[in-house]
Amino acid sequence: MSTLDTAAPGGTGAGAAAGRGAAGARKPVAMAQAVNRALRDAMAADPAVHVMGEDVGALGGVFRVTDGLTAEFGEDRCTDTPLAEAGILGTAVGMAMYGLRPVVEMQFDAFAYPSFEQLISHVAKMRNRTRGSLPMPLTLRVPYGGGIGGVEHHSDSSEAYYVATPGLHVVTPATVADAYGLLRAAIASDDPVVVLEPKRLYWAKEQWSPEDPEEVPGIGSAVVRRRGTSATLITYGPSLPVCLAAAEAAREDGWELEVVDLRSLVPFDEETVAASVRRTGRAVVVHEASGFGGPGGEIVARITERCFHFLEAPVLRVTGLDIPYPPPMLERHHLPGVDRVLDAVARLQWESGRTMSGDGGGDGGTEGGGD
Amino acid sequence: MTVLEQPGAYRLAPPPGWRPRTDPAPLLPDAAPFRLLGTGTGPDGGAGADADGRAASGAHAGTADGGALDPELLLRLHRALVRGRRYNQQATALTKQGRLAVYPSSTGQEAAQVAAGLVLEERDWLFPSYRDTLAAVARGLDPVEVLTLLRGDWHGGYDPRATRVAPLCTPLATHLPHAVGLAHAARLAGDDLVALALVGDGGTSEGDFHEALNFAAVWRAPVVFLVQNNGFAISVPLAKQTAAPSLAHKAVGYGMPGRLVDGNDVAAMHSALGDAVAHARAGGGPTLVEAVTYRIDAHTNADDATRYRTDGEVAAWREHDPVALLERELRSRGLLDDAGVAEAARDAEEMAADLRARMNADPELRPADLFADVYAAPTPQLTAQAAQLRAELDAEAAAEAGAEADNRAETRTEGGGR
Repeated sequence: MSTLDTAAPGGTGAGAAAGRGAAGARKPVAMAQAVNRALRDAMAADPAVHVMGEDVGALGGVFRVTDGLTAEFGEDRCTDTPLAEAGILGTAVGMAMYGLRPVVEMQFDAFAYPSFEQLISHVAKMRNRTRGSLPMPLTLRVPYGGGIGGVEHHSDSSEAYYVATPGLHVVTPATVADAYGLLRAAIASDDPVVVLEPKRLYWAKEQWSPEDPEEVPGIGSAVVRRRGTSATLITYGPSLPVCLAAAEAAREDGWELEVVDLRSLVPFDEETVAASVRRTGRAVVVHEASGFGGPGGEIVARITERCFHFLEAPVLRVTGLDIPYPPPMLERHHLPGVDRVLDAVARLQWESGRTMSGDGGGDGGTEGGGD
Repeated sequence: MTVLEQPGAYRLAPPPGWRPRTDPAPLLPDAAPFRLLGTGTGPDGGAGADADGRAASGAHAGTADGGALDPELLLRLHRALVRGRRYNQQATALTKQGRLAVYPSSTGQEAAQVAAGLVLEERDWLFPSYRDTLAAVARGLDPVEVLTLLRGDWHGGYDPRATRVAPLCTPLATHLPHAVGLAHAARLAGDDLVALALVGDGGTSEGDFHEALNFAAVWRAPVVFLVQNNGFAISVPLAKQTAAPSLAHKAVGYGMPGRLVDGNDVAAMHSALGDAVAHARAGGGPTLVEAVTYRIDAHTNADDATRYRTDGEVAAWREHDPVALLERELRSRGLLDDAGVAEAARDAEEMAADLRARMNADPELRPADLFADVYAAPTPQLTAQAAQLRAELDAEAAAEAGAEADNRAETRTEGGGR
């Protein structure tokens, strides 16, 4: 189940534009290409935007996300830096102090750790400690998550570290349109934004128009990707396709699962999440990051605070195990897959029979009912 | 497209064809700390001298032009040194009176501080660490605003953008890459400003020091790094920080010049920093300047320096005091007499009295500001927390007002009973 098919969630996203001219024709586009397009459009629109990182120049980045930017905008705008993440982010802070909008690429999740002191002690705090004199319009792009067969230090889900730091916005796209739209919003933001890009979705293609990118909701908005009445799956980034697949499979068992894509971990869209859970009465939070201390705990707590009287069952979590990221040949045991999600759905106390959708879907106690 | 491109850049060749990228010799620091005071260097253009009194030679000989001992500059430096010494005393006293949470004194280091504060043009940026409040004050900032961080009513009291003084940095050396990035951005914009970044001997062990110097050299950023080697990182002596011949030698490994300067010789400091700033402004790239100095006071008021150093060592450094060194020079040149010394002291006393009076006023605390400027616009969660704090404060105020009313009523009752 871990070799996920990253089929496009399709046009279920909010704000999908309807009629398009020939110039804005949709075609299959991979997420990495949409990110590249967002960088290019942002650089063309604003000379203050500077891309910097390791191998982002002639090579175009190890994921080719910065392909062609140095050729088009020159080395001063898209810069191969010395190989030192603290130095990259630290110099980006100084550039932002002078009014530029640096977009920093960290090559992989785990290689961003040397930059954490700059991020936590300076990027996140600068606006506050200077009473607004030095805002940090800085974007930190981090390819994250597993499922790509990477050897150690290449597959971490590091979002918990970022969301625990006040002063940062943290977004993570799961669709091609969001990869473009959230990155443009991040670069345009006057606050620092960490953009966590699910690297196993980089090559997932969807119908999308590079010439006429559709509007997507801004930072801080969650989106209901699939409507359902039985229970809500709350997820983000690399786990969205897993949840959509699980929701499809659950129909066989009579469950109509709603799927909420958070998109933005900070700010957290409590309204959309709470509204969904109040409708369905049951919820499962799904993410790749380890469960203990992971974002799921915070999300579950807020659901409990806001939806207690609407809940038919404890809110469950399906997360990565509480282990260092496993070697590639064992990673499928770590990653939340469709089966594990359906197992959790089956444990949502259906025997109580009280559900907003009428009769309670699957048979009570059928562990792994979606198999 | 112009700044970072290096035509004919070095490419590594297999061993017979290998060649060094640059000649390291011109980058090497002075053999001994560069000095000007007490060396007979005059306005008529004599060169500086090293510790043994020999005329400076090598890469930096003659860079200290006659202007380095320009009488007007020397008198300006003197005034600033005396004020700086008094400022340190006053801030230390304010700490003992509970008006500052903590004060890391730069007593003994005033020459390096004052030179750093006075050497820059208005458009340049200063990047101080927490021990460098005097450099900011010497640059002209209001001492009360500079000390706000240490008083504790906010993390900073001056506007960095308006003053071009970056926030006082506490995590050691982490502000050095900021200086590099800012200077780089200015150069990209075609602005000829320079960033001067201050760090201590302990800070040179931090990774950010290394990364900042490396980035600066690779990008030829207009930055000057001033290392104040005051002998100690809190309690740990230099021997436990580094095995380098000097901290200035570290420059060579990055491909930038290093300067070794008597940090208590304010004329030498001003001259060496001025040269480095001019070099950076002209597009020559960064310089590392090591100021050999000494922290006369303990690390902060909370530190006990007798646990790790002897009184004798401190006494020896007092003999090499920056204020005394300059006064000796000025008197020998007939530029300063007792009246001049008294005048400088009076000026410093005025500054201290004003600082004392204003620091003795309680700062106005604004709890609502805790939520301001966390983000450009507050998140829904922060808005809710701000409302909660406001409700708590209102309840607190109401309870206090109620208690006061009760007290008054009680007093009246008691009074009436008498």
